[in-house]
Amino acid sequence: MFDVIVVGAGCVGALTARKLSSYQLNVLVIEKENDVGNATSMANSAIVHSGYDPVPGTLKAKFNVLGNKMYPELCRDLDVHFEQIGSLTVALYDEQIPMLKELAERSKQNGVEVKLLSKEEVLEMEPNISPDVKGALLAPSAGIVNPFTLVVHAMENAVDHGVELHLNEEVKEIKSLQEGFEVITSKGKYQTKVLINCAGIYGDKIHSLIEPIDYNIRARKGQYFVLDHYAKGLVNHVIFPLPSEKGKGILVSPTTSGNYIVGPSSEWSDDKDLVSCDKPTLDNVRAQAQAMVPSIPFNQVIRIFAGNRPTPSTHDFVIGTAKQYPNFINASGIESPGLVSSPAIAEYIVETYVSKVLTLVKKDSWSGKVRPRVHLNELSESERNALIKKDHHFGRIICNCEKVTYGEILDELSRSVPPHSVKALKKRTRAGFGKCQGGFCQPLVIQILAEHYGVMFSDINYDKLGSEICKYSTKGEEK
Amino acid sequence: MIRHRLVIIGGGSAGMAAAVKAYELGEKDILILEKNNYLGGILNQCIHNGFGLHEFKEELTGPEFMSRFSKQVNELGIKYRLNANVLSISKDKVVTYSSEEDGLVEVQADAIILTTGCYERNAGAIQIAGDRPVGVYTAGQAQLYLNCYGYLVGKKVFILGSGDIGLIMARRMTLEGAKVLGVAELMPYSAGLNRNIVQCLQDFNIPLYLSHTVKEVRGKNRVEKVIIAEVDEKMQFIPGTEMEFDCDTLLLSVGLIPNNDLFNSLGIKFSKTRGAVVNQDMETEIPGIFSAGNVLHVHDLVDYVVSEAREAAVGAVKYLNNSTKHAGFAYEIKQGFGIGYVVPQVLNIDDASEKVSFKFRVAKPFKDIVINIKEGERLLKKIIKPAIVPSEMEIVYLPKELFQKEDHTITVSVEERK
Amino acid sequence: MRELICINCPRGCRLKVDDDLNVTGNFCPRGVIYAKNELTHPVRTLTSTVKVQSTLERRLPVKSSEPLPKEKVFDAVKELDAVTVKVPVHIGDVVIENVSGTGVNIVATKNIEK
Repeated sequence: MFDVIVVGAGCVGALTARKLSSYQLNVLVIEKENDVGNATSMANSAIVHSGYDPVPGTLKAKFNVLGNKMYPELCRDLDVHFEQIGSLTVALYDEQIPMLKELAERSKQNGVEVKLLSKEEVLEMEPNISPDVKGALLAPSAGIVNPFTLVVHAMENAVDHGVELHLNEEVKEIKSLQEGFEVITSKGKYQTKVLINCAGIYGDKIHSLIEPIDYNIRARKGQYFVLDHYAKGLVNHVIFPLPSEKGKGILVSPTTSGNYIVGPSSEWSDDKDLVSCDKPTLDNVRAQAQAMVPSIPFNQVIRIFAGNRPTPSTHDFVIGTAKQYPNFINASGIESPGLVSSPAIAEYIVETYVSKVLTLVKKDSWSGKVRPRVHLNELSESERNALIKKDHHFGRIICNCEKVTYGEILDELSRSVPPHSVKALKKRTRAGFGKCQGGFCQPLVIQILAEHYGVMFSDINYDKLGSEICKYSTKGEEK
Repeated sequence: MIRHRLVIIGGGSAGMAAAVKAYELGEKDILILEKNNYLGGILNQCIHNGFGLHEFKEELTGPEFMSRFSKQVNELGIKYRLNANVLSISKDKVVTYSSEEDGLVEVQADAIILTTGCYERNAGAIQIAGDRPVGVYTAGQAQLYLNCYGYLVGKKVFILGSGDIGLIMARRMTLEGAKVLGVAELMPYSAGLNRNIVQCLQDFNIPLYLSHTVKEVRGKNRVEKVIIAEVDEKMQFIPGTEMEFDCDTLLLSVGLIPNNDLFNSLGIKFSKTRGAVVNQDMETEIPGIFSAGNVLHVHDLVDYVVSEAREAAVGAVKYLNNSTKHAGFAYEIKQGFGIGYVVPQVLNIDDASEKVSFKFRVAKPFKDIVINIKEGERLLKKIIKPAIVPSEMEIVYLPKELFQKEDHTITVSVEERK
Repeated sequence: MRELICINCPRGCRLKVDDDLNVTGNFCPRGVIYAKNELTHPVRTLTSTVKVQSTLERRLPVKSSEPLPKEKVFDAVKELDAVTVKVPVHIGDVVIENVSGTGVNIVATKNIEK
């Protein structure tokens, strides 16, 4: 019998597992995907919002502000790239100035420090913003983060402290027992005292396995452009338009990897797994972004992508226990500002709900830090040479565009939440993320994965199980 | 710091040809840096024939063509490092590379030739709408998996783009047991060579849909369907012209882009080719730094890559021997009506060899035209062409004495004959 | 009158052939040979790969030493599937003699030493 089963290994599930790993508990995380952080946590704006925007008094406002304060330390401990670059919410018309002031007022209520800027101040900070700008709201505490490594490293930290992680396993049924639940998955049966539902976009489905529910979670798709590194200094802050009921609108932002991201759109999708892109929507994203930043070099787009927001019909995060079960805890429907809120949500649900059912005893040996990674670009020439002398794999570049070395890839493979697919490796190291999109390095990456796992070249998946890249051997060979 | 007179970055056909030429001209202190664990670059995976008709007067396959150059490099004892990935070039010509054996190494070069080739435009760059399933590859990627690793990426294939690699792959995948359902080309004319339309498509009854492109890709985990549609002159989809193909793979053969990463941080000027602006010696704005082959502009034939690399080598050796003046009368070379691009963009006539080469492509297909090369208003050369297409690169060699130093502008343009 | 595109070289000449097999539109003499062959017994050079027992490579590229009758191409490919070459192998080494009874050899187009 497990003490806790966490369903879902996105940012909320992973950070919850990490929090639980600090106590003397027997914890299992069940994830249906072939990697952690593979749905909403992967395809989003990667923004650590300041918290000026959510309606005061909501869970969104509360956890956003709390989460934002946790990020600097969290990212230091987990060795995740985070930069507090601040955000600018820009007014392009005179009529929008009162709305900016309203937002400033809301910020005060939410406890977020902001500053109203004049046109001249904005243009001095961000010369590429449209000269039509009338003013802006600066929120210095907003930041950008690498969402891929955030989830991976959080889960790695949890697994390092005894949490069990099952990938490619889908929860099918949940039965209530005398004390706890029986969880029936695509692979087996487990008993647990507490179940935490961090199933994101499928949070309603998981909840409904135990009791009737009166809300739903719908997929609200967002489509994005990713631009190559070259356009340095295009914008230095996260640039937002004024928010509307549809959300925060289309932003233009640097990313932690030195690219720029433009998006997201917002449209309902009936298929929770569908992440398709379409031209009219992207054209609209482009036009809206250009209204704020006219000089965005759209000829340097290296990728388009879409992600689904898990939008609950309750208009707020679904956080709390099931009606009939104090040991069934929901933390789902975590749409924007979910990434920033997730560490605060994780802490809250463990301290508020798990603590009511289980006795929480701290592990003496627990540390919230992961084994540090090598950051080659931060090393001096002599340090880098010393490292290559110690481990020659750090001398060999596998991904040309992003300059990822064999040593970094081997390091990821040696860790407790290693990548099993080309995409999982890409999320961890950026190999294949550059302008050639893996055109040159993908065969090498497949070879490294096949060698590491002792399987055939043809067995390596791009992402999910069944997504083998080199599926068919020629010349009548079996594999 | 290690020193070499000439550092060549990239050991493909351009890099090797430049090295051999420089050596023959007496420059013995050469270092080639190659990122792969073999010389020859992309030609290793181009196992089809058709290479070397100009160079060797015979028809060779890619591996055969490149082996003639690697043999020369080895026989001459020209130094090269494999698995050596160049991280940066500085303005004062310090080349930093990383390799397992050597670590992080700084090489002070007196001259540099960049011959890093090109990369393929991919799904990200052309922003295909629809789902994001596995099964969308560039043609070159599928070529590498098939020819070098022995794997087919799929069995029912649709191809977007009629570039030569796509056409070649249509034949290759068919011969290895896949079914190729068709090729769609956005333009009203093919981007590939006519011979490849015949021997790679027509031979296997593979239809070519001109003025068509992919409207949508469908499939959750793997490609299940590709929907194409016809486009009008403004490249907008014509409603009702959609065609659906049930397939597991979409190959992209939609163009090549010069791989100029190392030049980006130098802040040098780029031309329309997405390669560096160069003079008659293939020398960039920074004296002593040269660029040749597909990193300068995408060529149709490797034979021309090789000859351009030799021009760069001649320039580099001249520079190393302090024979380049970088002064005197300079021309700016412009593309006029109907011309897509011209290389070089600058001509320092006093530094030029006896013959000056102009390489250019037309911007669209023409019939019955004259191509005029003019210095100011004075005609230098007139070339009559019954037909010309953008997929073919044109080369013209003009004798040095033709240039009169009267007007600083040289224009290459198309004149349609009535 | 038949119209053909010569596939001998990248130039791709547009050939015209009359009923008496007189060829025009060719840039070089090879165009004449091509057109006559194409209308009487079309031939193609085959390039492909075979399995190789090597520690470095999984496939060895090969070609037909001369063009094959077009209708024999798929038979030849089938024969290639059954072959595994031992290393070392060098450019020009014969991999299959008289492939599919055409009298043409299949030869290696790459050096693989080990």
